[in-house]
Amino acid sequence: MHEFHYRAGRRRRLWLPLLLGTLAFANTALAATLSIGIQGEPASLDTARIGGTTWENDVLGDLFEGLVTLDPAGEYIPGAASRWDISDDGTVYTFKLRDDANWSDGEPVVAKDFVLAFQRLFDPANGAVYASLFYPIRGAEAHTKGEQDAPELGVEAVDAKTLKITLNQPTPYFPTLLAHIAASPVPSHLIEQFGNDWTQMDHIATNGAFAPTSWTSHDHIAARKNPEFHDADDVALDGVDYYPVEDRSAGLQRFRAGGLDIVRDFSPDRYQWLQENLPGAVHLAPQLANYYFALNQRDGHPTADKRVREALNLAIRRDVIADKIMGGVVSPAGGFVPGGVSHYDAQTMPGLDRTMDKRVAEARSLLADAGYGPDHPLELTLRYSTTEANKRIAVALAAMWQPLGVETQLINAEGAVHYAELANGNFDVGRGSWVADFDDASNFLGILQSDSPKNYGGYRSQAFDELMAKASRETDIAARQQLLQQAERQALSDYAVAPIYVDVSRNLVNPGLEGWENNALNRHLSRWLSLAQGN
Amino acid sequence: MLIYTLKRLLQAIPTLLIVITISFFLMRVAPGGPFDGERQLPPEIEANLMAAYHLDEPLPMQYLRYMGNLLQGDFGPSFKYKDFSVTELIMQGFPVSLEIGGLAILLALIIGLPLGIAAAIKRNSTVDYLVMGTALTGIAVPNFVIAPIFALVFGVLLGWLPAGGWNGGALPNLVLPVVALSIQQIAYIARMMRASMIEVLGSHFIRTARAKGLNEGEVIWRHAIRPALLPVMSYLGPAIAGIITGSVVIEQIFGIPGIGRYFVQGALNRDYTLVMGTVVFYGVLIVLMNLIVDLLYSALDPQIRYDD
Repeated sequence: MHEFHYRAGRRRRLWLPLLLGTLAFANTALAATLSIGIQGEPASLDTARIGGTTWENDVLGDLFEGLVTLDPAGEYIPGAASRWDISDDGTVYTFKLRDDANWSDGEPVVAKDFVLAFQRLFDPANGAVYASLFYPIRGAEAHTKGEQDAPELGVEAVDAKTLKITLNQPTPYFPTLLAHIAASPVPSHLIEQFGNDWTQMDHIATNGAFAPTSWTSHDHIAARKNPEFHDADDVALDGVDYYPVEDRSAGLQRFRAGGLDIVRDFSPDRYQWLQENLPGAVHLAPQLANYYFALNQRDGHPTADKRVREALNLAIRRDVIADKIMGGVVSPAGGFVPGGVSHYDAQTMPGLDRTMDKRVAEARSLLADAGYGPDHPLELTLRYSTTEANKRIAVALAAMWQPLGVETQLINAEGAVHYAELANGNFDVGRGSWVADFDDASNFLGILQSDSPKNYGGYRSQAFDELMAKASRETDIAARQQLLQQAERQALSDYAVAPIYVDVSRNLVNPGLEGWENNALNRHLSRWLSLAQGN
Repeated sequence: MLIYTLKRLLQAIPTLLIVITISFFLMRVAPGGPFDGERQLPPEIEANLMAAYHLDEPLPMQYLRYMGNLLQGDFGPSFKYKDFSVTELIMQGFPVSLEIGGLAILLALIIGLPLGIAAAIKRNSTVDYLVMGTALTGIAVPNFVIAPIFALVFGVLLGWLPAGGWNGGALPNLVLPVVALSIQQIAYIARMMRASMIEVLGSHFIRTARAKGLNEGEVIWRHAIRPALLPVMSYLGPAIAGIITGSVVIEQIFGIPGIGRYFVQGALNRDYTLVMGTVVFYGVLIVLMNLIVDLLYSALDPQIRYDD
């Protein structure tokens, strides 16, 4: 572990281990090992069996390298592929793999490793959670669904170093998908030998900048620099240790005590305090992530009435939530797709530009039109998953709607129950959020499509669906952008959801760490980082 | 004694069966499933997952499958930590919890017993009030208050000890969690020892011992302490089982890779196999610890014999 003392003096630290007469902090030999506090335990190191959590990106992103990867600023750059050609109709991608791409056991990375990775991703037996992300690939959906007459999967090895991927239709954002950890290759030579046990520590080989050496569940995953990595000469760190730290205040304390160099999240409540006490370590950056409330549009729910949805949206003081409740760390959102998404201009819900008084008056008259009033108050159930911030926002919403005569019943539940209830449609207003898998507006807007399992509110709009379908076929980036923006405007004018704020990434970073750049994807590969001497 | 032990072990089987069965079905009654989360999965992928873990079978069938595997010592795969089997998770985490918990109990006994004895001997004196007042505070202040304060004071402000992390069980990493975990136990043990000591000191055989002219030290050491330990012993059985299976609070705050958090996280994640694994493990431990306590009883109290 790298010794980093933020406030505690070095001298005070030295005598106690001596007093205790034990090994203690004899870590200086591992001078360039980075310690990252990740938000939880990865489900697996096997891309076909990961659980779909953000912290899996931190670990697998360092261990594996897909065809495309990310630079420090979160921009997409060639990874295991040195270059690729796209057919004129935009459906066939031919990737040339790097000649110097190797697995950590010295075997070369070959096209077959990618073919097997995708086959495993779409194999129903693996139940891979990210399979649907890659449905643009020909045959992917049919294979995942286990259909008998599924067409041949559109991923093939032309030769050892040439990979061909065929898509159903042109998908301009396809290369960005390939930087996702689920598109990483697997060592086919090890899978042939060990099957699903290939991720065990005495078998595993990885093709990223680091290779794992040990994993003690809920303690840490240790990875050392992979000398076989094609860019190994430019990797400054000797190793990375990933510590799952679920408790955010515990993470902060371990950071302050010098045990962690990076902590991947902190409570928004602590922002002011951190700014005053650890100003050089606090990194706050807009993220491709939103926070919203789903409005149930199924029959029998008051929110099925567009006037009710509009009224509720108009009465929400998003600036108050962002500034007062979230401590000014997030920015209020008038649209569903957060600002900062590439090739996209953020949209705003109609009516939010008026003064608050006018909005509340309008909301009152809309509710009156919908048949609600003092004699017949609008009664809503609002569901949220149990966290302190969610609770405060829910209470604030109820208070903002109260002057309209709305009686809001708040129901909170732990995550598993909350999302099961949302999926079952057991709510009027339900808290949701989305963190982008890749930098494209379709990753957000897709949630509102009629057939999306994440469309909790059951929003159904033919116009919206058609615009989305049209956009998915459009190869011209500018024209596609227009279609997607038009689709969002449609959803916003239907008041399909109640957007609240655009989330931010919150990281604590040792000021002695070099190479860290805040980016909207909040992905930070350790290969770009280095620890300055003396920290 | 051997027959008694065997009998007790046989009796434990139906108890465990009932515990396992009730837990199995209770877990399934709870709303939400292992694959419900922010990332709502397309139905086909959820179906694939359910099939991969046999969750698509009728419940009685799943129950029989689980019991069948259990009889072969197979706790099944964890739904959430897929690179580990439940057995591996327990085997990796239990030694850690055992070490932390065992040390905490040891510390609690070393400090708690003498405190309790001293308070009993000096009943209603300043010593007594001081010990009992402190003990009451120890009981009243919960772990989740003590642990972060320890981490803040000794880890961050003074910088004497690591604020968290396991580091392979290095001594500096052990100190704070062990002390934090033992504080409540010290308090309980001291109070219990005091009460039972007072009772024993007022009994007839102590009066006889004194009448024989033994000095007070001998009365206490040779005659009073052993019987006074009995209530503490019976408390220790389940307490040890509870403490060596880990504390979710201590583990989360200090980043200790024990099994305590599996009880809570397994339940929150609806990781059915992990919850069942910990329940079975905990159940067996409780049964064993109670048995050991009962056997130790006979060693401490000659009136108790199990052979008949």
